[in-house]
Amino acid sequence: MAKSPETEHPVKAFGWAARDPSAHFSPFNFSRRATGERDVQVKVLYCGVCHSDLHMAKNEWGLTQYPIVPGHEITGIVTEVGNKVEKFKVGDKVGVGCMVGSCRECDQCTNDLENYCSNFILTYSSRYTDGTVTYGGYSDTIVADEHFVIRWPENLPLDAGAPLLCAGITTYSPLRYYGLDKPGLHIGVVGLGGLGHVAVKFAKAFGSKVTVISTSINKKKEAIERLGADSFLVSRDQEAMQAAAGTLDGIIDTVSASHPLLPLISLLKPHGKIVVVGAPEKPLELPVFPIIIGRKVIGGSAIGGIKETQEMIDFAAKHNILPDVEIIPIDYINTAMDRLLKSDVKYRFVIDIAKSLKPE
Amino acid sequence: MAGTENSQKSFGWAATDTSGLLFPFHFSRRENGSDDVTIKILYCGVCHSDLHSVKNEWGFTNYPIVPGHEIVGLVTKTGSDVKTFKVGDRVGVGVIVGSCKTCDICQQDLENYCPKVIFTYNSKDQDGTKTYGGYSDIIVVDQRFVLRIPDNLSSGACAPLLCAGITVYSPMKYYGMTEPGKHLGVAGLGGLGHVAVKFGKAFGLKVTVISTSPKKESEAINRLGADSFLVSSDPAQLKAAMGTMDFIIDTIAAVHPLAPLLGLLKMNGKLVTVGLPDKPLELPIFPLVLGRKLVGGSDIGGMKETQEMLDFCGKHNIIADIEMIRIDYINTAFERLAKSDVRYRFVIDVANTLASN
Repeated sequence: MAKSPETEHPVKAFGWAARDPSAHFSPFNFSRRATGERDVQVKVLYCGVCHSDLHMAKNEWGLTQYPIVPGHEITGIVTEVGNKVEKFKVGDKVGVGCMVGSCRECDQCTNDLENYCSNFILTYSSRYTDGTVTYGGYSDTIVADEHFVIRWPENLPLDAGAPLLCAGITTYSPLRYYGLDKPGLHIGVVGLGGLGHVAVKFAKAFGSKVTVISTSINKKKEAIERLGADSFLVSRDQEAMQAAAGTLDGIIDTVSASHPLLPLISLLKPHGKIVVVGAPEKPLELPVFPIIIGRKVIGGSAIGGIKETQEMIDFAAKHNILPDVEIIPIDYINTAMDRLLKSDVKYRFVIDIAKSLKPE
Repeated sequence: MAGTENSQKSFGWAATDTSGLLFPFHFSRRENGSDDVTIKILYCGVCHSDLHSVKNEWGFTNYPIVPGHEIVGLVTKTGSDVKTFKVGDRVGVGVIVGSCKTCDICQQDLENYCPKVIFTYNSKDQDGTKTYGGYSDIIVVDQRFVLRIPDNLSSGACAPLLCAGITVYSPMKYYGMTEPGKHLGVAGLGGLGHVAVKFGKAFGLKVTVISTSPKKESEAINRLGADSFLVSSDPAQLKAAMGTMDFIIDTIAAVHPLAPLLGLLKMNGKLVTVGLPDKPLELPIFPLVLGRKLVGGSDIGGMKETQEMLDFCGKHNIIADIEMIRIDYINTAFERLAKSDVRYRFVIDVANTLASN
C-alpha cells in the first residue's frame, strides 16, 4: 500500500501545498527523510516566491506531481548533519536553490553543470533517488545532500537574499557564460520583474551600462532611480527603438510571454547576443537575415551549477547585491500568487516562514 | 544608359527582370585606379545567392544584374600603389569589393560586417556606379579585396571557395568548431554543405551529414568523407541521434524546422545558420533554455580570414566538387540549381566560353 506524504518518511514536516491546478494553497502535513550520512537538515527561515512556483502549481508545463509544495529560494539554519558531511555544521546559515540532486557522474556533473544533467532532481515536484516526491521551501524544514547546499555569507541578509538562489543564478550564469560580464559593455534587460531587476543589479556590478526594455513607461522611474539602470526603452515606441538600434552588446530577455524577437535583434550591435531566460511555451519567430548579416546569437540558459551558484552568492555578498523584496506571511500566499500573475510586486515576494508557518 | 557609366568596356551576361533569365550584356568597368587591380576572369562559381538575386527573391535587386562572386582570374593591370600583386598573378575575388576601411569593424579585419560594405554585384560602388559581378570578362577591384590563390589548387575548382568556402570556414572558427574529436552535423548537402564536410574532416571532427535525401548518403560517405549520414525526415534516425552533436552548420536555404536540429545538439551545443531562407524560422525556446544551446548566424568573412581559408585549403588540398559549364548553359544551370541538381557547384568556364559579339 502506497505510503502517504505524512508517513513515507520519519521526520514530521509541515508546509503549504496546492492540491490541483487551481493552485490554491493550504496547510499540508507531510514528512522529510531522516538525515542521511551526506545530508544536511535545514530549518527553513525564508523562502522566495518564484514565478516558476506559480507555473508549476498550475501544472502549466505538464510536470507537476500533486500535492505540490513549491519554493526553491530557501534560506535557513542547519539543524542536523549526517556523519560524512564535511562542509557544514549545526547552526550554519545556508541556502537551497532549485536542485537537490543529480547523477554526479556525467560530463555535465563532472564539469560543475549539474543543472544540465539529464537526471537532475528539482527541489520540488521531482522524483528523488528513493522514489519519493520532493517538496520545496514553503515548509518548515528541508533535508538536502550537502553538495546541493549553499554556504550563506555572514553579511548577506537571509530574507532579501533568498531570491538570489533562483533569480540571481538565472541571470548571473548567462552574463558570465555569454561573455556579457566585461566592464564597459552595454547590456539590455527585457522585462522588469524578479529576474529582470536582479539582472540589472548584476550587470551594473559587472561595470556595464544598462538599458531596461519594457512594454510600460510606468517602470521607468523605478528602473533608473531605484535600480540604477542608465536608460529605459519602451519597446512599443518605434522611434525610440530605432534610435537605439545597434547599441547593445547583449540582451538578457526575461519575458515569459510570447514576444517578437526582431526588435530585440535590431537593438544588438554586430556580434551581439540575446540570452533568453524566460520560457515562452510556444516557439518564437526567428528572422534569419539579421542574425546572419550581423553574426548575432540567440542562446538560452537555465539556472546554474552548484559551484557557480556559490560563486554568485559570494559575489552578491561582496558587492552588496540584494533583490528588492516584499516579505509576506505564509497565509498571504494565495493573494501573493494573484498579484504575481499581474506582476504586482516589486520585485519578489519572500515568505517569512519562521515567523508565520505554524502547524495547525 | 545603364552600364555605360565607366570607361573600360566590359561584357558579361545579365538578368534584366524577375524571370531571372540571363542574356549577353555590354557594360563598362572603371579605369584601373592607383589601388586597383584589373583581372581577366577565367572562372566564376555559380552561388545559390546568384539565383536568389537574379529573381529578386530578397527584394533588393537593381536590374540589370550581372551576378557572380566566386571569381578566379589573372591580373592584367596593377595600380601605382599596388605592391602585393603583379601582372600574371592568379587571384580571386569573392563576395565583397569594398568597405569604408577606417571604422572599428574594418580595422578588426571584419570588412564583411562594415555598415558601408560594397558587394561584388548589385551594390553601389564608391563612385556611385553599380557593381557588376563575375559572369563577365574582366573586373576591376581594390587590392584589399583581392586574394591570392595557392599554387597547388586548380582555378576552376577553387572558385567556389571564395563564397561557399569562407561562408562555412568563418563560423567554424568563430564558434569554436575546430577541436579535433568533436562531432559536427552538416545540415544540407549542396554547395555550402559539401565544403563544410571537407573542412570538418580537415579540422579532425567527426562529421554527420543531415539531409532529407537518402540518395545522397553514398556520396556523403564515400566521396566526401563524412562519417555518417542522417535522414532528417526519418523520426527513428533523429531520435537515435538526439543529443550527440557538439555543433551543427545549417546550410539549408529553404524554410525548415529548427526543433529537430536543436534536439540533435548536446547540452551547450551550437547551431549556426548560414543558409538564407526568405521567411523567418520557428525557434522553440525550451530546448535553448534547458540545454543552454544557441543559434547563431554568420556572413562570409573578412579579407584576412578569407585569405587564411584559401591558404588552409592549399595546405589540406581542399577544393570544391564542381561541374564546369559554358556561359550559355547558365539558364539551364539555374533551373537545375533550384532543384539542387548539381554535385555540388556549377563553375562557368568564362575565359573559354564568354565571347563578346
